[in-house]
Amino acid sequence: MAQYIVQRLLQLVIVLLGVSMVVFVAMHLLPGDVALLLLGDHATADALVRLRAQLGLDQPVWVQYLRFLAEAAHGDFGTSLQTNHAALDDVLVAFPVTLQLTLASLAIASCVGVPLGVLTAVWNGTRFDTAMMTLTLFGVSMPIFWFGLMLLILFAAVLGWVPTGGLMPVGMEPPRVTGMSVVDSVLTGDPAMMWQAVHYLLLPAFTLATIPLALITRITRAEVMAAAGFDHVRTARAKGLGERRVVLRHVLRNAAIPIVTVIGLQLGLLLSGAVLTETIFSLPGLGRLMVDSILSRDYPVVQAGALFIAALFVLVNLVVDLSYAFLDPRIARP
Amino acid sequence: MSGTVEVAVAPSMPEHALWRALRRTGARIGLLIAAVFLLLTVAAPWVAPYDPYDQDLSSALSPPSAEHLFGADQYGRDVLSRVIYGTRTALIAIVVADGLALMVGGSLGLVAGFAGGAVDTAVMRLVDVLLAFPYLLLALIIVAALGPSLTNSILAIGIIYTPQYARLMRGQVLAVQGADFVWAARSVGAAPLRVMLRHVLPNSLSPVLVMATLQAGAVVVETAGLSFLGLGAQPPSPDWGALLADGHSYFLTAWWIATFPGLAIFLVVLGFNLVGDALRDQLDPRRRTG
Repeated sequence: MAQYIVQRLLQLVIVLLGVSMVVFVAMHLLPGDVALLLLGDHATADALVRLRAQLGLDQPVWVQYLRFLAEAAHGDFGTSLQTNHAALDDVLVAFPVTLQLTLASLAIASCVGVPLGVLTAVWNGTRFDTAMMTLTLFGVSMPIFWFGLMLLILFAAVLGWVPTGGLMPVGMEPPRVTGMSVVDSVLTGDPAMMWQAVHYLLLPAFTLATIPLALITRITRAEVMAAAGFDHVRTARAKGLGERRVVLRHVLRNAAIPIVTVIGLQLGLLLSGAVLTETIFSLPGLGRLMVDSILSRDYPVVQAGALFIAALFVLVNLVVDLSYAFLDPRIARP
Repeated sequence: MSGTVEVAVAPSMPEHALWRALRRTGARIGLLIAAVFLLLTVAAPWVAPYDPYDQDLSSALSPPSAEHLFGADQYGRDVLSRVIYGTRTALIAIVVADGLALMVGGSLGLVAGFAGGAVDTAVMRLVDVLLAFPYLLLALIIVAALGPSLTNSILAIGIIYTPQYARLMRGQVLAVQGADFVWAARSVGAAPLRVMLRHVLPNSLSPVLVMATLQAGAVVVETAGLSFLGLGAQPPSPDWGALLADGHSYFLTAWWIATFPGLAIFLVVLGFNLVGDALRDQLDPRRRTG
């Protein structure tokens, strides 16, 4: 097991180096001169030369890359062209918003998806099963930015049950501790504030949960049906155990590992979906920050955000893999 | 991971698998949707009631009526006509992005699996790195590098799907390579290139083609997603994602602008998913029902 972990960590380093290279190359393909972009059209030739030297743009590409790596390792990605903050700081301010949205969606998708999957497996072939499978097919085929808009139109514009966007009502923001509105509201101990935070999160979280919910339901159904065919399940039935006990104690436990893995692997989907969800519901998260930075050509922030998200994603996948190996020791064996 | 498609490692698709797949109602509905979609891309000028660019400010933001079945947008352009013309952008996205990913990824996987050794390692490391990004993030980085436009967004979507085809194709090639007929071809002295193209490739292809069908829908969603974010098709072109962005700006007053283009995306994706699912089930004996 230890050897497996070391091996995976080494792979992680290689993949992260590759990721940094992709980001670096992408940012160097940019049309136009970065120095010109920073200083504007009226810059003197002298100032341009000085800035290029300062940014290291007059160095060979591999020197620039090594310098970029060294600076990135220290968390230094330069300053945002929009806000003049350190680029990584802007990323870290936006990140909790995305994290909260992602975790809330994952919670909704798992808490609804797993029981739904078990029920459809137990009742497979019934009308309930068919209806649910059709619904999940609709779920995976639904562009979430459209579904989110439809929810927004129905629940915010027409019914007026929920706000049209944002994190909190204006003037009601809790003091920033974690940056996650729900957690920060809970920390204030003010029930009205907690309610608002949850109220504002409901629609975006549900929107983002749609596709993972459908996928988790389908996987759970498939895994439970497969696990139900194992010999020990037949034995359990033969012993005269009740159906509920057979499913919960013997079937679900064996189906759990793949289900947990699939839940963990939803993160990439969620991070991608968060970009669109944040746009629809005007949430100041990482996805929105990335898109705004691309549109305003704020490349230090794009670079910092891209590396941050990719590193996070690689790390989470590693943790999922390791927990998989921990749950099923056969995986780690060479 | 999103977009990864579960396809069984199976021998080549029997000729009749396609027809057997079509026995299912779902597959027929899917094929019907795809057919209507393709028909509309060709017939748009005759089917669309208005020119998709024609502004008529007197009917700006007018709700669905006999005159404008799907209503009109903020410039009084007919939403139905714009949705119909939007099929063209969607088709271009499928052909170019899915085609690019299939050909580049497929070739990489074929060569990597067939050659093995250092070539295989190099290609698969590249694939690992590309798969290390959440897919939309990679598309965002590429669009950031190339600049926002429809062409670049389609290119970006093509690139993000390439590694998945490479991985699937390589797996297929590795599975097929040990088969007796490949050994037979080698032993009668067929050149490696001939073995690869005439014997390995045709027998590795069908799961990859099923994946292409399933990805076609995803490509439509993601190109529309990039346009929705303002990174793909630019106004005033009639693109479903850009239409949804318009709808987002006016969602409080004009629900129809967002509703219909989104419905179009949904139907197209559903259609390709239904056909792809049926084909996959036919290829995978464990899933075969009929």
